[in-house]
Amino acid sequence: MDAEQYKWLLNGREYLCSIAKQFLQRRDVREAGSAYYFMMPAILVIGTFLILPLGYAIFLAFHRVQILGEISYEFTGFRNFLRIARDDRVWIALKNTVEYVAIVVPAQTILALSLAVILNSQIRGKNWFRVIFFLPTVTSSAVLTLIFMWIYNSNGLLNGILSRIGLPTYNWIGDPAVALKSIMLMNIWSTAPFFMVVYLAALQDIPVSLYEAATIDGISKWKQFTHITLPLLKPVTFFIAVMGTIGTFQLFDQSYIFSSGSGGPNNSTLTVVLLIYQYVFKSLDLGYAAALALMLAIAITIFTLIQRQLFQTNSLD
Amino acid sequence: MNYIRKSFNLKIILYIILCLYAIVTVIPFLWALSASFKSLAEISATGLNFIPHSFTLDNYKEIFFKEPLFGRWLLNSIVVAIFVTGFNILFNSMAGYALARMRFPGNKFWFLIILAVLMIPGQITLIPNFLILKSLGWLNSYQGLIIPNVVNATFIFMMRQFFLNFPKELEEAAALDGLNSRETFWQVVLPLAKPALAAQAIFIFMASWNNFLTPLVISFDEELFTLPLGLNKFKGQYITYWNYIMAASMVFTLPPLAIYAFFNRYFIRGITFTGSK
Repeated sequence: MDAEQYKWLLNGREYLCSIAKQFLQRRDVREAGSAYYFMMPAILVIGTFLILPLGYAIFLAFHRVQILGEISYEFTGFRNFLRIARDDRVWIALKNTVEYVAIVVPAQTILALSLAVILNSQIRGKNWFRVIFFLPTVTSSAVLTLIFMWIYNSNGLLNGILSRIGLPTYNWIGDPAVALKSIMLMNIWSTAPFFMVVYLAALQDIPVSLYEAATIDGISKWKQFTHITLPLLKPVTFFIAVMGTIGTFQLFDQSYIFSSGSGGPNNSTLTVVLLIYQYVFKSLDLGYAAALALMLAIAITIFTLIQRQLFQTNSLD
Repeated sequence: MNYIRKSFNLKIILYIILCLYAIVTVIPFLWALSASFKSLAEISATGLNFIPHSFTLDNYKEIFFKEPLFGRWLLNSIVVAIFVTGFNILFNSMAGYALARMRFPGNKFWFLIILAVLMIPGQITLIPNFLILKSLGWLNSYQGLIIPNVVNATFIFMMRQFFLNFPKELEEAAALDGLNSRETFWQVVLPLAKPALAAQAIFIFMASWNNFLTPLVISFDEELFTLPLGLNKFKGQYITYWNYIMAASMVFTLPPLAIYAFFNRYFIRGITFTGSK
């Protein structure tokens, strides 16, 4: 390299440096730097523990995975998915979930709506009732399940009350025909108050003038409820139904604790998530479990998308 | 006159319904509380008395002093919940502020990522996260229980919405005073965001405190159980000793109840946010 070339290079470097300096001093670049400084923790954690796992889950679903010793993968194509269709326990879990949704979602929605409407009528002590009703929502599902198991005990409070008033008693935990219904009852009791609060907020958005006008026209309270309140609450009701359905699809803690992880008696409390857990930690069948989880996630995402679509109006900005 | 009487009657019926439901809500808690103060002999008898015949604190003494791991589980739950809550408040607000207020390449992209991530159900990341934590050597560790949960897309979204409505004038004044954007955030914006931070803190704390599935997958060493896992283990260990299990449940329920009692208006605000999102 001769001197002339070298000088040119040096100048070039200086020139580049000055451009870089100007660039870095520009306001928008500084701002972008600050912005990424603010975003960095979120990007790192979401990248590592949400986005990477999502891709990894899809990868796992198409492989047979061996985790004892060194982890190894064997590509199996769609075999895991084909196996889902032939798996009896999947169908049992699905049947349980459908039964669960069919009973729990309408029951908790109606209960939530009734409580909200009553609380919303000019009643004194409204806040007290609201605070009390909300108690189950702040209590952990593990504790609630244990409390209910204690109440459901064959010599427990519930059977005690039932026999005292001359009604038949049940084996709430051990009878396959009853166990899932016991969990349902608990679930309705513990989630209805949450949705009640959502309903209350929606009820407060309905203009009072509508009811005043109806009252002047001599329309009965019941008619006001069916012709004003219910139609205006339709979007919220739909939202609550979808949320409730998604929640029941994800049922795990209650069945796990209730059945000590087995889904019993006789698979009657088996849920999809519990089944996934069993395939991972009991059979170490990670690829198959990932395929199941993927199917569940797709189902849940479809529900969520439907819900988003219908609630576009007041989302984002 | 007739009309007033009718509406008066209706009100009474409504009150009765509300009171009945309040009783239905409270009874399981009272029954559990009463069992925690009864002796094994008394809970084994089939009495329906809520007031213990012989009031005893032995169950609490037993779980705190004779059960070696109970204190540890309580401590684990507290440590995890506090760290998770602290980091979330910080990181979600930072990300939400950047998305709401700063112009940078990728702003729109990251916002869409946050919205997309909101929809990923936890079940799908469960198995891969188990493997990722395994390869990081973080199974059975505090970092494994804490770090994957230090950011929450829902609350990044909430904080973004909050900062969008935040008065711009304050930041402009701060800029005139010569503060750069980081200083503005720490010294001016964050202190004024306290109500939003409080709502966030309560929800994150509760979610962490009550979380069952994730710790179940991550911790299998009993020393690193959080309390919900410990309670579940108690259930297997003391099959008929419901007095101990209920005492442990009451200890576990106390912190969230206290928080709820003090901050219940933030709860309602938080729910109406998530409920109408």
